Amino acid sequence: MSDPAGTDLGSNQAYVLHVNGQGRDVRDAWLGESLLFVLRERLGLMGSKGACEQGECGSCSVLVDGALVCSCLVLAAAAQGQQIVTIEGVAPVGSPSDVQQAFVDAGAVQCGFCTPGLIMATHSLLERSPEPTEMEIREELSGNICRCTGYGRIIDAVQRVAVARRSQVAP
Amino acid sequence: MAASATASRPDGVAKVQGTFAFSSDLTADGFLWGATLRSPHPHARITGIDVSGAWRIPGVEAVVTAADVPGKATYGLISSDQPVFASDVVRYVGEPVAAVAADHPDTCRRALAAIVVEYELLAPLVDPQRAVDGTHPSIHPDGNVVRHQRIVRGDQTIDGPVVVEGTYHLGMQDQAFLGLEAALAVPDSGGDGVELFVATQWLHEDQKQIAACLGFPAHKVRLTLGGVGGAFGAREDISLQVHTCLLALRTGRPVRMAYSREESFLGHVHRHPCTIWMRHHAELDGRIRRIEARFVFDGGAYASTSSAVLINAVTHAQGPYKCDNATVDGWAVRTNNPPCGAMRGFGVVQACFAHEGQMDRLAAAVGSDPVSIRLLNAMQTGDHLITGQVIQNVAPVARCIQETAALPLPDQPVGGHDANPLRLPGGSGLTADVGHVRRGIGWGVAIKNLMYSEAFDDYSTARVRLADGVAFVKFATSEVGQGFVTIAGQIARSVLGVDEVVLEPIDTTIGSAGSTSASRQTWMSGGAVDGACRLVRERLFERVGTAHGVDPLRLAIDGSDVVDTGGTLRVPVGLASAGVVIEQTFEHHHRPTEDLDEMGQGNCHTAFAFVAHRAVVDVDLELGLVKVVQIATAQDVGRALNPLSVVGQIEGGIAQGVGLAVMEEIIQEGGHVRNASFTDYLLPTFLDMPDVVISLIEEPDPMAPLGAKGVGEPPTISSTPAVVAAIRDALGKDLWRVPVRPADICL
Repeated sequence: MSDPAGTDLGSNQAYVLHVNGQGRDVRDAWLGESLLFVLRERLGLMGSKGACEQGECGSCSVLVDGALVCSCLVLAAAAQGQQIVTIEGVAPVGSPSDVQQAFVDAGAVQCGFCTPGLIMATHSLLERSPEPTEMEIREELSGNICRCTGYGRIIDAVQRVAVARRSQVAP
Repeated sequence: MAASATASRPDGVAKVQGTFAFSSDLTADGFLWGATLRSPHPHARITGIDVSGAWRIPGVEAVVTAADVPGKATYGLISSDQPVFASDVVRYVGEPVAAVAADHPDTCRRALAAIVVEYELLAPLVDPQRAVDGTHPSIHPDGNVVRHQRIVRGDQTIDGPVVVEGTYHLGMQDQAFLGLEAALAVPDSGGDGVELFVATQWLHEDQKQIAACLGFPAHKVRLTLGGVGGAFGAREDISLQVHTCLLALRTGRPVRMAYSREESFLGHVHRHPCTIWMRHHAELDGRIRRIEARFVFDGGAYASTSSAVLINAVTHAQGPYKCDNATVDGWAVRTNNPPCGAMRGFGVVQACFAHEGQMDRLAAAVGSDPVSIRLLNAMQTGDHLITGQVIQNVAPVARCIQETAALPLPDQPVGGHDANPLRLPGGSGLTADVGHVRRGIGWGVAIKNLMYSEAFDDYSTARVRLADGVAFVKFATSEVGQGFVTIAGQIARSVLGVDEVVLEPIDTTIGSAGSTSASRQTWMSGGAVDGACRLVRERLFERVGTAHGVDPLRLAIDGSDVVDTGGTLRVPVGLASAGVVIEQTFEHHHRPTEDLDEMGQGNCHTAFAFVAHRAVVDVDLELGLVKVVQIATAQDVGRALNPLSVVGQIEGGIAQGVGLAVMEEIIQEGGHVRNASFTDYLLPTFLDMPDVVISLIEEPDPMAPLGAKGVGEPPTISSTPAVVAAIRDALGKDLWRVPVRPADICL
């Protein structure tokens, strides 16, 4: 491939990312590429979506060392040595997590483009706050924009998971 | 049907797991990236294009301009007035001038920067009124007026006794779907055809337009629906389709194109900004006698669907109210502003904002109230539009209003029982003082046409194959998120008694399904799937009847069995269809419609749906900030085939209506878009979205194939005026435009 930076600096430097528990080699990548681009185009992990390129919509949300981030705003090369979890790392294909299944059951999915980011954000929220109030759900998820649903069924899905997890914990 | 009404989306698990392939996720071996060079000027003459600089950049494989378009130079949904690439004149900021294919998105970026286009600047036409007045030279060979339509009905001399009038303005709204424009084009070996995977609302219309521009017969351009990340009207027009195919054919390699968010704002049509003057003449008790109205729609540089948007607006000027006399003039005009076309509500959003503002003024003028004035004038089945068309559908306008009024008001005071600042206008950032916040309540009621109008033969095709107890269902209906794939399976299971339904790929190897727009697919493609299933069922009953010596007309489906309604025979569908293949194709056409005549008279629409909205808002009078607290709505849905999906359409549609009311606007200055990003174009978030309380009015419509009306657009239409009316109520002051800005409230 050509050198997209138009310079001899910064290209063709191989590095390793730790994604979903595996070391993944990134070769021939321009160092200016975002984590979102590298996940999708270099590593074939198409589950994370790009919709705004400036951290406003949350569609590209992943976990980096446990923190929820917009992967469009992270330089991939800067994420070396950190543990990255993407939507593909949440649950095996065909065996959805409780959050994923609740989104399907509650009608929280329409076009589905925002959904992977919202699944990541919801798992993160429920880890930190297992029984969020409705207002807490709204505030915590307000970095994820959905244009189809008006959010009502998503809030319902999150509440369903919180209730189900509590009943599992209760004796 | 009832048994399967809780069916969940067949694509749901793939979407939550990130394995569903959106058009932007599609790739192919050896692919190249495509990118588009766009005009930086609203109006300019191109005096030279030098692409040699782009060719010198390593990794660039193709550079194309208008000179490389092998077929028709222009495209368009209704009139073919938009160039694939501008060659002589650019007419809006963002108009495509050239495209490149290269090995990396950043190589593309550099290649575009290396193309030199010389422009001679021309005076832009940015004021639509000047297009109406004819005071600006033509900016396009087709002229500056895309369409003018009058409606003249009844007694033109009626004047008063009560008269209310106002001028209303709506800003330009963006559809802002999340899944940006994206496509993958794969050229046939030899280059005499191309396969395109694209997110679109209407595969066959795209196919027709693309093939013409490429100089191919239609069958040489094969389209498959790439996963669609929302549409809302913005994917009804061509955007990157021809460019992607052209680059693939030119390079002989697969080409992926994917717009950025900024490019998406420039690269698709928007909701028309509109200025509307309306005057209502009424009896002393508030009964409407006559309406006068004048609409000016700014269509931007190219026609798109402006003429149809205009017709929707002028024919809905009366709203869902009885009215015998009318004088309406509407113009859709061309300017050097961004092109406008389809967005959810399609002209009726604009009309409704005006007629609902008028209803509140009328209520005030006669000493009535928002609910009573609307009930007094509510139309019903058998009433006519100002076009003379009789409403033959179920028309429960009064019931929509009454059931909305019966829904509970919010139980939370301003700021909530927990005094959480997030509940106040401005949220936690600009914390309002509870003492300066006032609550208001407002109403909006709407009528919306369903399906296409004006003599268009609007049809949908479906094919169903029953084999060994499994139904294979094929259609070209664009699934854009609305959930047609869910109800298609429900219909097949219910009509055929099968457990397993396989939905085949959505592509152009079957006849057209028409567009996923105009709230039409439940009615049209639902009707087509239902029709095909019924034909298959007839053949199945003939087989069972012959095999068992029973009159096929006595057979019926009960659960998953074929049963004899007059005897004891019961055969599982799986057994009855074992070892055979029964395949049938069905086209559903709705009843024909007519063109309007010069006086705007004629049966131009197919069917209608109705809805009412009540909004509760909290307004900070000093900061000018609004918190929409609750929307209550009762909607005429005919029959809810999948209630959860209907609720999703209602809540999602209301979010877009609330957005238009209080925050969403493409800001333009002199033809330049100033906020082409999600940082600057504000969209409702979880914190902006109010509670929604819903009552579904289910009166199955005898005209609808399944009794079900389309539900997608009505929620977006009257939610906007309801919110604005609530802000007016809180302020005690008139508001004439949307979105309502802080300065409109506090200055």
